[in-house]
Amino acid sequence: MGNVKLPQLIKKGAEASLYLADWHGRRVIIKKRLPKIYRPTVLDEQIRVYRTIHEPQLMHEAKKAGVPTPIIFQVDVVNTTIVMEFVEGKQVKVLLNEVESAERQCVSFTVGESIGKLHAHGLVHGDLTTSNMIMASDGKVFFVDFGLGEKNKELEARGVDMHLMNRALQSTHFRFAEECFDAVVNGYSRVVGDRVAKSVLDKIGEIKRRGRYVAERKSSE
Amino acid sequence: MVKDTKMKQKKTETAYCLGIESTADDFSVGIVSFEGKILANVIDAYLPEEGGIHPREASRHHAEVADRVLEETFAKSGIKPSDLSIAAFSQGPGLGPCLRTGATVARALASYLGIPLVGVNHCIAHIEIGKLKTDAKDPVTLYVSGGNTIVAAFDSGRYRVFGETLDIALGNCLDVFAREAGLKQKKDMPFGAVLEKLALKSETLVPLPYTVKGMDTSLSGLLTAAVALLRKDTCALEDLCYSLQETAFSMVTEVTERALAHTEKKEVLLTGGVAANKRLQSMVKVITEEHSARFCVVPSEFAVDNGAMVAWTGVLAFTHGMVTPVEKSFVKLRWRLEEVEVPWVT
Repeated sequence: MGNVKLPQLIKKGAEASLYLADWHGRRVIIKKRLPKIYRPTVLDEQIRVYRTIHEPQLMHEAKKAGVPTPIIFQVDVVNTTIVMEFVEGKQVKVLLNEVESAERQCVSFTVGESIGKLHAHGLVHGDLTTSNMIMASDGKVFFVDFGLGEKNKELEARGVDMHLMNRALQSTHFRFAEECFDAVVNGYSRVVGDRVAKSVLDKIGEIKRRGRYVAERKSSE
Repeated sequence: MVKDTKMKQKKTETAYCLGIESTADDFSVGIVSFEGKILANVIDAYLPEEGGIHPREASRHHAEVADRVLEETFAKSGIKPSDLSIAAFSQGPGLGPCLRTGATVARALASYLGIPLVGVNHCIAHIEIGKLKTDAKDPVTLYVSGGNTIVAAFDSGRYRVFGETLDIALGNCLDVFAREAGLKQKKDMPFGAVLEKLALKSETLVPLPYTVKGMDTSLSGLLTAAVALLRKDTCALEDLCYSLQETAFSMVTEVTERALAHTEKKEVLLTGGVAANKRLQSMVKVITEEHSARFCVVPSEFAVDNGAMVAWTGVLAFTHGMVTPVEKSFVKLRWRLEEVEVPWVT
């Protein structure tokens, strides 16, 4: 990677573009939230500014909760840009497809523990997908992309968070989604305790039943 | 009878499928050839005097118009009932009484003609007709209607749901708001179109809750807030229509873009009743341009619930060995999209 010309666009995501860059001798990620011209300018600016301010705050809070997140170096609200540490490692999305069942469960368990730590600290991530988690070379699982997160202790918010995690596994890792989610729940329970975990799982059921066409609805009718 | 069918096949050399759609307020029959040519597509919508769709009243409407719609479909198609090779129907998801009416008609037709019956998933039919009409091959689909708000894409044998509304559907949100505002819909002007027209008169954005959770959206809070502002009577109705549309459409467009970036597919298909909205079309078009993907939108006639989409999906299923024996043709009110194997997509 030494010869790569920087800054280099490494990912054009839905809401931001990620550039790998050299910043005062450090290898960093520059996350730039570009204007979305499909939505009204006023709304677009509100959303981008809000997320640019909140994301680093939540990442900082996540660290306090004991969940690894990249170090923030600079926040530029006017240009809706964040400069952060480049975490060398592998996306959990990729990793899960490459390893054996035992390691998959182990990684999922760690992910579950981290979600538990966030929730216990009063945070929800808001976009729990395996593409937003990076397994670093030292074995730590970093959480990124807190743009949709919030400080929220309500059971509802936690339920939605876990529901999203489950959906991400179902859509992207359908072959072993159940196995992974069970491990996530185990890791989660370890941190928050069985009682809280149970209430969050019950909430997931309730959230699913709110949808119109779901089999789960049958039992409650 | 058998002899007659043989002769017929020789003469016409092509096979036809009749599809019946009756999941909600529309009763529709379509006839499609096995090559994907749509011969007829007749839609009769149930329009309640007031309020939303009452399942019993809607199913009564379907039963009343069924024979006339069937007749009209055959007349338009230029083929006779005996020319049909299979009969397909929407088996779910949807409103029980409405689904049962359509299923009953389909069973009667199939057993009278002695042809196979094929039960079709309504959501898949919306995707398949979109693909047929736009020539999309492997799109990220944004399916928005009165009953569904789903972002789906194909992977390993099935359409997978990447995002969905956590509560009410987009069309439902717009319809309820329109009703609360005392707007009236007509035969060729559903609530969504009335709202769209009013929204064009404004450019004043009233702040409303914008809720995106991962690739999911939540629209109930938005509706509640919009209706509360309506009751307060401090904003012009046009401004509220504009703001509701802009906010809700921005939300579904954002989640579609997330799914597009996540799956890295090269097409986006917009389908379902709300796909007819020009403003939503323009928003989704923007994200496709940004990700060098092709924008595909189903034509209005096939955006709403229609029989042709059911007939076409019936053809795809049947030609891949799927038939529904009468004893297994009970309707499935909550039949989810991702439960269905789609062997015709590779």
